[in-house]
Amino acid sequence: MLIKDIYDVVVIGAGPSGLAAAIEAKKAGARDVLVIERDVELGGILLQCIHNGFGLQTFKEDLPGPEYAQRYINEARAIGVEFLLDTMVMDVTPQKRLFLSSQQYGYFALDARAIVLAMGCRERTRAQVRIPGMRPNGVYTAGTAQRWVNVEGYMPGKNFVILGSGDIGMIMARRLTFEGAKVSRVLEIQSYLSGLSRNYVQCLQDWDIPLQLQHTIKRVIGKNRVEAIESVAVDERWNFIPGTEEIVPCDTLLLSVGLIPENELSKKAGVLLDPVTGGPFVDERFQTNVPGIFAAGNVVHVYDLVDYVSIAGDTAGMNAAKYALTESQSEVDYIPVKAGRNVRYVVPHKLDRRALQRGDVQLQLRVTKPIEEDVWLEVRDENKSIVRRSERYARPGEMVTILLKPSMADAVREAISLTVDVYPKAEA
Amino acid sequence: MRSFGRCMMSFALLEIQFSGTISVEIFCPDWWNSKKTMSRKKYDYIIIGAGVVGSMVARWLSRYQADILLIDKDADVCMGATAANSAIIHPGYDPVPGSLKALTNVRANPMWDQLSQELGFAFERPGDFVVAIGEAELPALERLYQQGIRNGVPGMRLISADEMCEREPLINPDVSGALWASTGGICDPFQAAIAAAENAVLNGVEVLLNTEFVDFLMEGSHIVGIRTNRGDFSARWVINAAGIHADQVMHRAGVRPEFQIKARKGEYLVFDSAEITTKHIYFPVPTDKGKGILVTNTVHGNTIIGPNANVIEDKEDTSSTKEGLDEITEGARKLIPSLNPRAAIATFVGLRPMGNARSIDPNVDYGNDFVIEIPENVRGLVNLGGIESPGLTASPAIAEMVVELLKDAGEKLVEKKEWNPIRPARPRFRNMSHAQRQALCETDPAYGRVICRCENVTEGEIIREIHAPIPAVTYDAIKRRTWLGTGRCQGGFDMSRVVAILSRELGISPLEVSKRGIESEFLFRQTKDLEVGGAN
Repeated sequence: MLIKDIYDVVVIGAGPSGLAAAIEAKKAGARDVLVIERDVELGGILLQCIHNGFGLQTFKEDLPGPEYAQRYINEARAIGVEFLLDTMVMDVTPQKRLFLSSQQYGYFALDARAIVLAMGCRERTRAQVRIPGMRPNGVYTAGTAQRWVNVEGYMPGKNFVILGSGDIGMIMARRLTFEGAKVSRVLEIQSYLSGLSRNYVQCLQDWDIPLQLQHTIKRVIGKNRVEAIESVAVDERWNFIPGTEEIVPCDTLLLSVGLIPENELSKKAGVLLDPVTGGPFVDERFQTNVPGIFAAGNVVHVYDLVDYVSIAGDTAGMNAAKYALTESQSEVDYIPVKAGRNVRYVVPHKLDRRALQRGDVQLQLRVTKPIEEDVWLEVRDENKSIVRRSERYARPGEMVTILLKPSMADAVREAISLTVDVYPKAEA
Repeated sequence: MRSFGRCMMSFALLEIQFSGTISVEIFCPDWWNSKKTMSRKKYDYIIIGAGVVGSMVARWLSRYQADILLIDKDADVCMGATAANSAIIHPGYDPVPGSLKALTNVRANPMWDQLSQELGFAFERPGDFVVAIGEAELPALERLYQQGIRNGVPGMRLISADEMCEREPLINPDVSGALWASTGGICDPFQAAIAAAENAVLNGVEVLLNTEFVDFLMEGSHIVGIRTNRGDFSARWVINAAGIHADQVMHRAGVRPEFQIKARKGEYLVFDSAEITTKHIYFPVPTDKGKGILVTNTVHGNTIIGPNANVIEDKEDTSSTKEGLDEITEGARKLIPSLNPRAAIATFVGLRPMGNARSIDPNVDYGNDFVIEIPENVRGLVNLGGIESPGLTASPAIAEMVVELLKDAGEKLVEKKEWNPIRPARPRFRNMSHAQRQALCETDPAYGRVICRCENVTEGEIIREIHAPIPAVTYDAIKRRTWLGTGRCQGGFDMSRVVAILSRELGISPLEVSKRGIESEFLFRQTKDLEVGGAN
């Protein structure tokens, strides 16, 4: 393929957000849209997610990951999105020059009028959760094991313990059981599940895999290969409770202890990051602080469902195309969006005062702790309520959304700031 | 091996030319299988232990006309203390004056500039500081300074608290003063040691891995060879560089039965270079437990903290503990209070071989000195024991001493005309400019394929390490050579890809690829590959 010197829109990453962004950018009139993917195939992490549960929102169908991805891949190819596979973006400048490295094309640079960052996220590792003990082989992140089993076709162990109740860990517990391995238990240091409840039911309960809340690993045992782990119960402050130690024989320890947005390239481009989400500060168009650089999906904050990732990609891609075609933007007057009661963060971080005149804006948030009763989700300007809706519960493992509609445009335009609260109805 | 041929052709200009012979077994994919080998060759020198000391000795001896064999019990060279220490080239103010530690340290420190140039490994001299916190620690600086003068250390100066704060803004504001030593350096100890070992191979030394010393072959009081798990090897001399096990080795020859090496465990934390960067090497004021918990930059740009020092019984116990990691974090924050433990990306643990030898100089009252000797009661043994810190720094001087000891013992060491002190460094994509990267990819497209995205290690680099003079045949061997998998994601992205590359390049099944040798394989079986009716 002929690689051009400059593209209207360059998308970094061909996962769900990148594919959606590329399609919408092309549809919005971008003349040339290039997606750069480090893997040899399109689809990103969806390719190893062979379980179902994808597409319920977007397609009203229950699809496995690769099939969900294929629908976007087909559409992107049909409308003329260009792709560079097996290619790593090494550097991005604030002027939107990208340096690329690939076996096929060598090391080279190209320019973009607009960029969509869609690099996704990475898994937290053993050192980040500080698991002491020996350092034998057999301690892997759940995603690494998932790639081995579902893409490469190899089993990385026979007898597993999983630390962390993240979604990938629970899904792997079921997957490994299908493949004839033993998963003896899942340990979770918190007093509540960190992934989706549906995964707990379908992946652990249905297969009689015990979940031990408020338990963690005191040490890993084994010189060359994991031989066992020592589990221990913890109190609310995560201190080990003496006398609760238990040696659990296993040959593999999988970690499902959280995801971190992958933003090393963003930093090189001068993009500012929110320390709470680990992703860029974005407005409702998913534009970062660097004009013309947009970000979408897990690179912004960690989503629970792929459908929302694709929708974020749509928004970022469309706005990237608009930026590329005009190459300028009128001065925007922003209203800050803040996390209020029981809310860990809200995305977008700021809102164009006139945003609602153009259409709906979805606020996406995560709560700080589980609230297992009827709750209000409320957006307010100082003490003035703008909108509220109810939910039957709110859990940290599940993203919560609230929609701002054009009917609220007047209230928002006059607002000093927007604050989102989640609280039990009983406290209203 | 097909791809090796391809590499040799396309890298004709870059490829190292082998001048020596390498045991064919090294290249054999199943070389770690415990096949019994009986070599009919009679070696002049067999070196037990391919850590930094054994590797430096091999490199120094490779200058002379001799048949030399370097063995190690592990699947790679330098898997012991060499792979897990503070990576510091010490100025030499710390060891007791008159001890072998002091003599070899001060002698070796200036050798590292030339050594790093000849052997092509990263080495810098940022200088080091011993930092006194609070007035009570000040007198210790003066004592260290005077000790440094007695040891002959150049470039030292006592500096004020203000100057210290100016030179490192992150330092504890309660600093009362510091000792500055301009000759303090940092290197990658593994790179240094493997470069020395590779240079030895290029000059004709043979290396056998997975080869564990079992006993000496003796004729009366003469050592005539060694017995290993892979057969017997004849030799006129055996050099004991067995690190933490050097005491057990010498006891097999009946030498120094009272000498005992204990493992002094040290835990470390490595920090993400994107989160914190320190400029120099910072020690606390030393205590009787050693130099204390330090904070230092590394040649890879990461900051590391550690070690603590706990004497343990089990010489294989490299486990970390919650208490230990808390201890080093606490210790390091005494120097750099802003250090955020959440930015730690890796832990490692080293076992320092602490010996109990008295200094050979009767006027020196010191009981944990190095042993560097040809013992009197047996013929054919050079004994290197208790080489803990500053052993890395001292290693080239120890190698030099081994040559002198052999000469004194009547060995006629004749220099080889063709001896080449140079081990060319292999390209490192991550350290290159855009233009250099472009040029490198033009020499071989495999350099364009990035396998480790955090540390920017390419397939071309990995392939060359697999086919290097000392082949990297395990995941950890590639990791230590290229720094792959050491970044934020700790191998999460590259691991399956490296397993595939090793499998392809070595012509073995992915099921045979291991992290660090036999019993540390990554994968157990293919999916769907199950006996009916049974798991496992």
